[in-house]
Amino acid sequence: MADLLSKFDVLGAFWMTIVLTFFASIGSLVIGTVVAIMRVSPVAIARTLGAGYVNIVRNTPLTLIIVFCNLGLFVNLGLNLANPASHTFIVDNNIRLGILGLSVYHAAFVCEALRSGINTVPAGQAEAARSVGLTFSQNLRYVVLPQAFRGAITPLGNTLIALTKNTTVVSVIGVGEASYVMASMIEFRPDVLSLIFLIFAVGFVILTLPMGLVITSMSKRLAVKR
Amino acid sequence: MSAETILFDAPGPRARRRHAGIAVLGGLLALGLLAWVLKKLADKGNLTADKWSPFLRADTWTEYLIQGLVGTLKAAAISIVLAGALGLLLGMGRLSHNTALRWSCSVFVEFFRAVPVLLMMIFSFNLYAIYQVFPSEQLALAGVVTGLTFYNGAVVAELLRAGVGSLPSGQREAGLSIGLSPVQTLRTILLPQALTAMLPAIVGQLVVVLKDSALGFTITYIELLYQGQTLGTARANMIPALIVTAVIFITINYLLTVFAGRIERRLRQRGHTSGTTPTVPGEAPLVAMPPGALGIG
Repeated sequence: MADLLSKFDVLGAFWMTIVLTFFASIGSLVIGTVVAIMRVSPVAIARTLGAGYVNIVRNTPLTLIIVFCNLGLFVNLGLNLANPASHTFIVDNNIRLGILGLSVYHAAFVCEALRSGINTVPAGQAEAARSVGLTFSQNLRYVVLPQAFRGAITPLGNTLIALTKNTTVVSVIGVGEASYVMASMIEFRPDVLSLIFLIFAVGFVILTLPMGLVITSMSKRLAVKR
Repeated sequence: MSAETILFDAPGPRARRRHAGIAVLGGLLALGLLAWVLKKLADKGNLTADKWSPFLRADTWTEYLIQGLVGTLKAAAISIVLAGALGLLLGMGRLSHNTALRWSCSVFVEFFRAVPVLLMMIFSFNLYAIYQVFPSEQLALAGVVTGLTFYNGAVVAELLRAGVGSLPSGQREAGLSIGLSPVQTLRTILLPQALTAMLPAIVGQLVVVLKDSALGFTITYIELLYQGQTLGTARANMIPALIVTAVIFITINYLLTVFAGRIERRLRQRGHTSGTTPTVPGEAPLVAMPPGALGIG
């Protein structure tokens, strides 16, 4: 096992998984919040657009989105997200395309998580805010959303865990994260197949188990006491 | 969503004018974005007739897309049946009174929920290849089905446990008090109700299975995405091919989601279960949530 770990960069692979998770979680939180606000807004066309986004993205396989980011956006449409002159261009570009795809996909789930968070806010809160004359945006900003985020910790956390696991899909466009390194390790050392799988499986358990525990304790601690 | 929402007042004349203004502005913005995307696509020659005409030819469908769709549906169908069976066993194991059984089922469920489906697929695919468990043309299918079965079996077990948990405790107590054993109570009273209550969520899980079957792409399983990409390479129309592939996926999954919603409404009307599909308790929700909205794969 020691020579496996010294020969292959397992830690580097998991570091890439963490990097992808980090940036994609920020991206999906931003897009998802915007879409969630659109879906509850008083403007009908914004609601329709938001619902359309969620229905389309949620029903598309992530693998397809990632493949499209590479073959469609980059190869065909020439979208460059990195400096083409740099000698690490292909690697950087694929990482950023992967983060883009992951963000777009998980934003749909963040949006639904936030809407379920809005449901944990008692109707009286929104009514009270309206009756003291707050507009829709003030209502969301000062009353509903702060409580909704705290009520949505569990579904948001589940989305984060799913996102961590889904970063493995980015291996289809050649980003050297956990599943990519695992596949190449198996290619060189098929004799220790089960050990290799176990290393990576345990790696993901180590990544996601504490997340689950933190989410559970945070959702209890941050839940608005009613 | 209707105008019954309580997040904002019923718009008066001024608000309505303002909303119309925002709608026009937003609509223009959306149209502008659409036009920009179309222009980008057209610049690279993606909108010309010869990129799209392959979809009018029968062999595009029979040799590529239908074949791929059959592969996707086959993997999903086998997986959901196996995952249902595995989930039922694991769920019952987690609800058992035998501590050792309960613990081992819990560890099993938590492990396979934490491991990405793709890792499981790559591992089982290589495992079957090395030990020659399946004939070589079935290897990829076996890998895809194994990955999907273990993950979704664990999820179904969790769903069942939540379903049993949502039943009033009187159901179980009544079963025990008329002399049924705990296993009999679980099998004849609790599980049927839990299954009914969780049916919409389980149909929602079908969407996840269908989407995740596209992961078979990485282990060269002939499914819809694989065939879509092969088609795009063969006819040099990658973007149209991927768009058509996506549309097929979205249509099937959307229909499944609608189906899940129908089932949930019917169950609510009939009331054949004392369990409830888990929703947020308390007052009327601020926004209407479809069933399985939080199902993620």
